[in-house]
Amino acid sequence: MSRTRTPVVARWFAGDGENFSLLGTRCRACASVFFPREDVRCRNPGCQGADLEEVPLSRRGRVWSYTDGRYRPPSPYVTDPELPWEPYTLIAVELEAERMVVLGQAVPGVTPAELAVGMEVEVVPGVLHEDTETVWTTWQWRPTGVRA
Amino acid sequence: MAADGGEGMTADVAVLGAGMHPWGKWGRGFVEYGVAAARAALADAGLDWREVGSIVGADTVRGGYPGYVAGATFAKALGWQGARVTSVYAACASGAQAIDTARVQILAGRADVVLVVGADAAPKGFFRPAGGDRPDDPDWLRFRVLGATNPTYFGLYARRRMAVHGDTMEDFAQVKVKNAASGVLNPYARYRKRVTAEEVAASAMVADPLRLLDICATSDGGAAVVLSSMEFARRRGVVDPVRIRAVSTVTPRYPSTVLDLPEIATDSAVAVASATETFRASIARTAYDEAGIGPEDLSVAEVYDLSTALELQWYEDLGLCGEGEGAKLLREGATAPGGRIPVNSSGGLASFGEAVPAQAIAQVCEVTWQLRGTAEDRQVPGARVGITANQGLFGHGSAVIAVR
Ligand SMILES: [Zn+2]
Repeated sequence: MSRTRTPVVARWFAGDGENFSLLGTRCRACASVFFPREDVRCRNPGCQGADLEEVPLSRRGRVWSYTDGRYRPPSPYVTDPELPWEPYTLIAVELEAERMVVLGQAVPGVTPAELAVGMEVEVVPGVLHEDTETVWTTWQWRPTGVRA
Repeated sequence: MAADGGEGMTADVAVLGAGMHPWGKWGRGFVEYGVAAARAALADAGLDWREVGSIVGADTVRGGYPGYVAGATFAKALGWQGARVTSVYAACASGAQAIDTARVQILAGRADVVLVVGADAAPKGFFRPAGGDRPDDPDWLRFRVLGATNPTYFGLYARRRMAVHGDTMEDFAQVKVKNAASGVLNPYARYRKRVTAEEVAASAMVADPLRLLDICATSDGGAAVVLSSMEFARRRGVVDPVRIRAVSTVTPRYPSTVLDLPEIATDSAVAVASATETFRASIARTAYDEAGIGPEDLSVAEVYDLSTALELQWYEDLGLCGEGEGAKLLREGATAPGGRIPVNSSGGLASFGEAVPAQAIAQVCEVTWQLRGTAEDRQVPGARVGITANQGLFGHGSAVIAVR
């Protein structure tokens, strides 16, 4: 029996492989970009825009900062309490074209020791957790090997 | 200072009383802590509770809504007496917004004496969002999607400072060493033990590069202040009270380009250029503008050291030093007792742990005692002007300036 693959949040990312990207929205009036997406109103205080179009965000960016979670986070983060906690790394990534910073988990196995501010990373599809019916998918940041 | 509260317009209100219930993990309800703090503040003010015309409560939140509606809960516990009642919630800035609400009521002539109370009974472990499936709440989303606890955000800020400003983990540890030494002297602090840099370095890593002793705990505690008009204080024979001269509670400005709790991303600066001033700096600057003073006038400062690294950030945001010079200011001893501008003479959140709705009020209690000259072994000699500063979730922050 195959499990369904379901995004942990609907419409925040799409695509496979090289075509995977985060999805934001852009105000058609002032060009402000939003992630997480704004679909019904623009948050620029000088804009009355209510017409926003979906746009893929840049797939590559530079590390703004990074850290890790050495202790099991509380619910609603889903973990298996039977298993020992495996720390994971969080990376905040600066997207040059969008002029914004987006947080995400690093791909499994990447530790803070391998990261540096300014290093290039790219967004890739990943799995947040799995249960009997569903594989919950997410986005992750992966170093491209290009240093600052 | 000018504006003596005499004839003509003044924006000052008097701090007639300050009181706290010691911070800790006492295992009792928040009402008990709040009532103890309120009674201490009223006794300090020499006032009967029935003389209070208004009570403002900083809300104690459980499950995404106030566990009780704070103002009325404290009023009932103290004994219903017909006071005007208000409750406010602004995350970590709840206490400062409660103080501002009280101040505005006094300045508008709606009340002569207002009691402000905040208290919390903190849960074990990490703060977590309310339950249920709530994908419209950014606080719920950051836990669900990323498992991003509060300390992970503190870790991101700390690592960024190391990369951009050259701060070191040893610098961060020295903030803890300084604040722990002050906390030893504070009977209201939860942690009253000196800490060495070696002990910080040996504590468990929580969110790289921050260790357990770099990050503030969550605590039970209660704090209260009694505020009055300058005219009321004079009638009561209080000739030279500590006065609150400014309360800043401004929001960020779009686009907010610092990754603040609980956001998953910053605003985009692609259509509107980001402000030259950060959110935290704008909180302080608004208070300075209102009070008509600058950072050079300060005697003491109480800042929200949710982490050791964040205290260094506040030095810069308050204008105590230039951008990137926070660690240098610490190394010079300027922010230690006996330095040019002692910061967190109370021991800070490092010594208290955070009791959310009480914490901003507790900061004002410490500044009040410092300006009165009654801070005992923690006293900063000749303190005349103090500032408090804090920042919490969802674009809330505050700064209070008091003078004497
Ligand atoms: Zn717009």
